[in-house]
Amino acid sequence: MLIAKGSKYDWPTIFIYIMLVTAGWVNIYSASFNEASLSFFDVKQVYTKQLMFICLSALLIVFILAIESKFYERFSSVIYLVALFSLLGLFFFGKNINGATSWYAIGGFTIQPSEFAKVATALALAKYVSDIQIDLTTYQDQLKSLIIIFLPAIFIILQPDPGSALVYLALIFPLYREGLHGMYLSFGFIVAALFVATLAFGTIWISLIVLLIIGILVFKTKKKSIVKYGVLAVACIGFSISVNFIFENVLEQRHRDRFNIVLGKQVDTKSIGYNTNQSEIAIGSGGWTGKGWLQGTQTKGKFVPEQDTDYIFSTVGEEWGFIGSMGVVLLFLTLIIRLLILSERQKSQFSRIYGYSVASILFFHFFINIGMVSGLLPTIGIPLPFFSYGGSGLWGFTILLFIFIRLDASNYINH
Amino acid sequence: MRKYLFFLLVVFTGLIISARLFYLQVLDTSSQISSQNNAVKKVFDYPQRGFIFDRNGELLVSNQPSYDVMVIPKNVDSLTPDLKSEFCELLKITEEKYDKILKKAIIYSPRLPSVVVSQFTKDEYAFLSEKMWKYKGFYIQKRSLREYQVSNAANVFGYIAEVNKTIIDKNPYYQMGDLIGKAGVEMEYEEILRGKKGVKHLQMDRFNREIGSYQEGVFDTVPINGKDITLTIDSRLQEYGEKLLINKRGGIVALEPSTGEILALVSAPNYDPKILVGRERSKNFTKLWYDTISRPLFDRVLQGEYPPGSPFKTLTALIGMQEGVVQKNEKLICQGSYNYGGKKKLGCHLHKTPLNLSEGLANSCNTYFCKIYKRTIEKFSSPQEGIDNWRYHLASFGLGNYIGYDLPPGKKGLIPSSDFYNRWYQYPKYKWYASATISNAIGQGEVILTPMQMVNFTAAIANRGWYYKPHIIKKINSVDTIPSKYTNRYNTTIEKQYFEPVIEGMFEVYNEGTAKNIQIPGVEICGKTGTAENYTKIDGKRVQLTDHSIFVAFAPKENPKIAIAVIIENGYWGSRWAGRIAGLMIEKYLKGEITRTDMENFVLNGSLLEEYKKPYSGKPFKINY
Repeated sequence: MLIAKGSKYDWPTIFIYIMLVTAGWVNIYSASFNEASLSFFDVKQVYTKQLMFICLSALLIVFILAIESKFYERFSSVIYLVALFSLLGLFFFGKNINGATSWYAIGGFTIQPSEFAKVATALALAKYVSDIQIDLTTYQDQLKSLIIIFLPAIFIILQPDPGSALVYLALIFPLYREGLHGMYLSFGFIVAALFVATLAFGTIWISLIVLLIIGILVFKTKKKSIVKYGVLAVACIGFSISVNFIFENVLEQRHRDRFNIVLGKQVDTKSIGYNTNQSEIAIGSGGWTGKGWLQGTQTKGKFVPEQDTDYIFSTVGEEWGFIGSMGVVLLFLTLIIRLLILSERQKSQFSRIYGYSVASILFFHFFINIGMVSGLLPTIGIPLPFFSYGGSGLWGFTILLFIFIRLDASNYINH
Repeated sequence: MRKYLFFLLVVFTGLIISARLFYLQVLDTSSQISSQNNAVKKVFDYPQRGFIFDRNGELLVSNQPSYDVMVIPKNVDSLTPDLKSEFCELLKITEEKYDKILKKAIIYSPRLPSVVVSQFTKDEYAFLSEKMWKYKGFYIQKRSLREYQVSNAANVFGYIAEVNKTIIDKNPYYQMGDLIGKAGVEMEYEEILRGKKGVKHLQMDRFNREIGSYQEGVFDTVPINGKDITLTIDSRLQEYGEKLLINKRGGIVALEPSTGEILALVSAPNYDPKILVGRERSKNFTKLWYDTISRPLFDRVLQGEYPPGSPFKTLTALIGMQEGVVQKNEKLICQGSYNYGGKKKLGCHLHKTPLNLSEGLANSCNTYFCKIYKRTIEKFSSPQEGIDNWRYHLASFGLGNYIGYDLPPGKKGLIPSSDFYNRWYQYPKYKWYASATISNAIGQGEVILTPMQMVNFTAAIANRGWYYKPHIIKKINSVDTIPSKYTNRYNTTIEKQYFEPVIEGMFEVYNEGTAKNIQIPGVEICGKTGTAENYTKIDGKRVQLTDHSIFVAFAPKENPKIAIAVIIENGYWGSRWAGRIAGLMIEKYLKGEITRTDMENFVLNGSLLEEYKKPYSGKPFKINY
């Protein structure tokens, strides 16, 4: 029985979820508020629509919790395939909005399958890796896991929506937790670090630094690993050179601009840098306690584009100040850490991997979004989970989270 | 390790984000300023400027709507050649000018309004507004300008003009484009007339469009209308005075002695205040500004400094009696000149002798006043003390310093002090004595006064020993007080009893003496003519010009209603121009009509323009004929 099982659900997580969704709606109301239309039930208003999405989420939650937890494990492959086909279908039936064919238009509504594909991929990955025969130390199984992760990502890149695809990288974390060699993560970090450092300081400096570090390592360890370090050094320098090449020749000017602005190489407050600049002004002008709900001058003036979706956090910053922003940041951190703790106590490997995936995906969204809005990261357009306006996003994250809550609950009963 | 890496990464990321937010929101305050700058706009709401009335309640200055054609370049559709030429014709500009204006507007801002052509009148507006719909992006904006109901008293009203950078830096109330009183009453009573502008804070969006009020208008203020003021000026008298001074240079100033209220303040040449409003303003103003020969913007009553000449003898007489160096009945001998020990004697004219004080005044005997002046100075052991004591008495009449009236321009005139002569004669290397300053006795020499100072001492004589500071403000409407310095009585250092013989002498001037030609039936005038020598420089040489014609007077003799000083530059002897004009003004004020039409015709038809051309003719010329 649903009610009887209710006590087994993880209420702290649900409570944080409710807090985030509520806070999100309050800020969407402010960001999309316009004094001309005060009618609360005007379905054309963004905040009214979001309220409808929230109500529908509540329905979704009831469904998700009502379904037997074994269903998710058993049908994960089917769900994954459905998701893949829905992504593929976009190339034939999709609707182009803002240059990306990421939506299906059904009646007056649009649905973005990539928001749901994350759930499917996390389920499929958990199912595959939790198989007793899978050993992540073998290259074959590693490759298969990576294919599960990157197949939908590639479809999404082709839409093209590289920001949403980037989130799939988060699923490396659960693999690492399940035994993937640390080398992959180190490799990822080194690649990212070299990439940013090359753009910031130039290939020559990076080459010198790489040689210096590896020289020290060689000097400190045994002579037999000289060849290994040599290869590493050549690889790093080669990568640095190729980054320059890719940056100058492969990436488009708009991508270059985004990096250059964040790296401070290019000062631009009008065109491409406008979003980031206005967002920083809005957040910065909030001060300690903010200007108060509906009192944000930047928000009212609609200075920050996309403020109800990707840039919703700038409204929080302006109207609720440092205190309010930190409240939201702490809610997210608490949620992610809570999910990690819950994952670790799961009996079944499937639940654990899935929980880890949920935490990783939420973390990526949270970090990339707030990093972008506060000017730490280049402009990568992905929503802030539970906060940003949008039905697909809200439902995608709700399903993602509540499937785990359902899994966790059944885990508890078995105990 | 595998369990904790991700956990550590989450905590680490949380710290970075917190640090970034702390920096943006708490440490770095620059965003707060940028935010205010790009999201909130102040819009000012200008109040109606106060009206100006004359002492009889006649409206002199009001406001009129003026219409500026404005453009928002972004909204402009390019005009067809036909439409464009039609539009330019409407605006009364050439097509090249139109292109230039539009280009400038785009450079200023494509989204903000710029002025295309300013200050259309009501009639032009009516015509224009019917056709404006054809020209997209253009509209008409209403502004408030002065409307003058009379064509005189421009020097009293002053004018309003756009503030300049210096004023804005000094006074934060003003902003580019605001109007401020720049002269006259408009300047003196600027804060009362202008009121206080209101401000609205508007929330702007990112296209710099207004989207509503900022914080429901809690910071907004309502404009406070300017207060109306009533001047002491009698508009009809002012108008008449200006009429009398046509084709002459000089000034007329009339006071009500019992209150110090200025009844008329005429400076000639002058201009019609209406020419400084509207589209021709800057052209007309430039013309006035650069007329350095007749100087219409120069107020001869307030800024003109002249040797007072014989009217000053009244003061010499008063000081002499107060110091006890002469009795009113003491008769002094005049031998046709006064020998003070200089290279040549100080001449006098033919009259009976010996004379008492009143007779001395009536005949304007130079010898008489030189003698008593010398006694006044030599009463003291040193001429320095003597001069300073003399100066002390004169200062009590408001001479030698700013009087303190409520109009912006002013001059101190000069009543020399002992320091002045010490410097002049390089004392103590060279000594100087009373005789060296003897011209002061008859209002020549170093003494110079403005016509306003002349009328002030005349009013003090009329009052037998006291005066109110001359002022132009009669009432600030809805506030019943005027500044207290105009309701304080100032006493001179001369006792009341000494005024009667002087007034008697001034009456004799009119009755029997130098001004008997201006006699008006039924009016008892006390006056004193003056004929003042004056000089100019031509090619660096000091050249004497025809004397200034001066007259001071008050009337009636008992309970004086009007005191007046008139100076006509290069008008020759006192009663020739100044006396007649003063007489006409007095009759006009007291009786409201002119009986001496012969005298009126003489003045109205008389012109001194030929006289004024002499110094500029480049040829030798004769004076005083």
